[in-house]
Amino acid sequence: MDHALSVLSVPATATAVDTLVFISGAIIILGGGFGVVLSRNPVHAALALVTTLFGIAVLFIEEGANFLAAVQVIVYAGAIVVLFLFVIMFLGVDRLEDLADEPLPAQRPLAVALAVIGLGGLVALGVEGHWAVGAHSVAGAVRGAKGGDVAALGRSVFTTYLFPFEATAALLVIAVVGAVVLARRPSSPPAPPADEDDVDEDVAWPGAPAGEVPDDAGVRDRAVEEVPQ
Amino acid sequence: MSVPGAWYLSLAAVLFTIGALGLLVRRNVLVMFMCIELMLNAANLTLVTYSRMLNDIGGQALVFFVLVVAAAEVVVGLGLVVAIFRRRRNATADDLHILKG
Repeated sequence: MDHALSVLSVPATATAVDTLVFISGAIIILGGGFGVVLSRNPVHAALALVTTLFGIAVLFIEEGANFLAAVQVIVYAGAIVVLFLFVIMFLGVDRLEDLADEPLPAQRPLAVALAVIGLGGLVALGVEGHWAVGAHSVAGAVRGAKGGDVAALGRSVFTTYLFPFEATAALLVIAVVGAVVLARRPSSPPAPPADEDDVDEDVAWPGAPAGEVPDDAGVRDRAVEEVPQ
Repeated sequence: MSVPGAWYLSLAAVLFTIGALGLLVRRNVLVMFMCIELMLNAANLTLVTYSRMLNDIGGQALVFFVLVVAAAEVVVGLGLVVAIFRRRRNATADDLHILKG
């Protein structure tokens, strides 16, 4: 792998501290990654995910991307994982999962084989590929930039990548509206029945074809009422 | 500076593989989402590494956008999980084989 990638590498001036930080970060990241995949409890998986994200932030700092490291901790570990934990607790799915239960017997060997093939492909690309050797500092230099990586990133985002940046604003608004629409409780039926019993017999849901009542209509109506613990 | 970029790229490849493997073998929709986050983070690590190798801020800008898109994706995805859970009372991918309400 050194054969191809050494062309790209910065001059090898890694100190012992750099190596130590990288190895520590790698251990944190891989441990968290295996924790996500192997945890039986979704809450433990979410906490392992925090570990991995923190390790990634450490490596970002090691690579000089200080702003992205901060954003990684604030947005990923601070917001996204909290959102995961909130949904896990809200839905009450924080019980142990039986990992031995596998309805498709061939899936796991196939998945492992696919993962090995994929990893082998990536490594082979790293060994054989010379295509990544390209022009340096096209969108702006990082090292030696005035104001450091924060200013360089800000200049890039607000000049070169201004239109994608505005597009992400629209994307976030759309995502918020979509989440509200999806997570909203269904409003009460537009044709209010006289009492509760009529619901299961007459109308399954608003706009249902006449005469067709799904077998789980009653279950669904009760499920909407319940608050998951 | 830091250790050679190939080390970072190898680590990112391994992390991506772990995420893909988890996405394939796990049945809990929430854990599958977390595995997608693992894969996104592996890609982010690769981008930052190339940004350092080529001394180009473009990689870091792309990581910035990936973060935004990941946040939006998680919000919508978890909204879907909540909506599905209301109907089906569980969050297992095997129980979602019928694509109707």
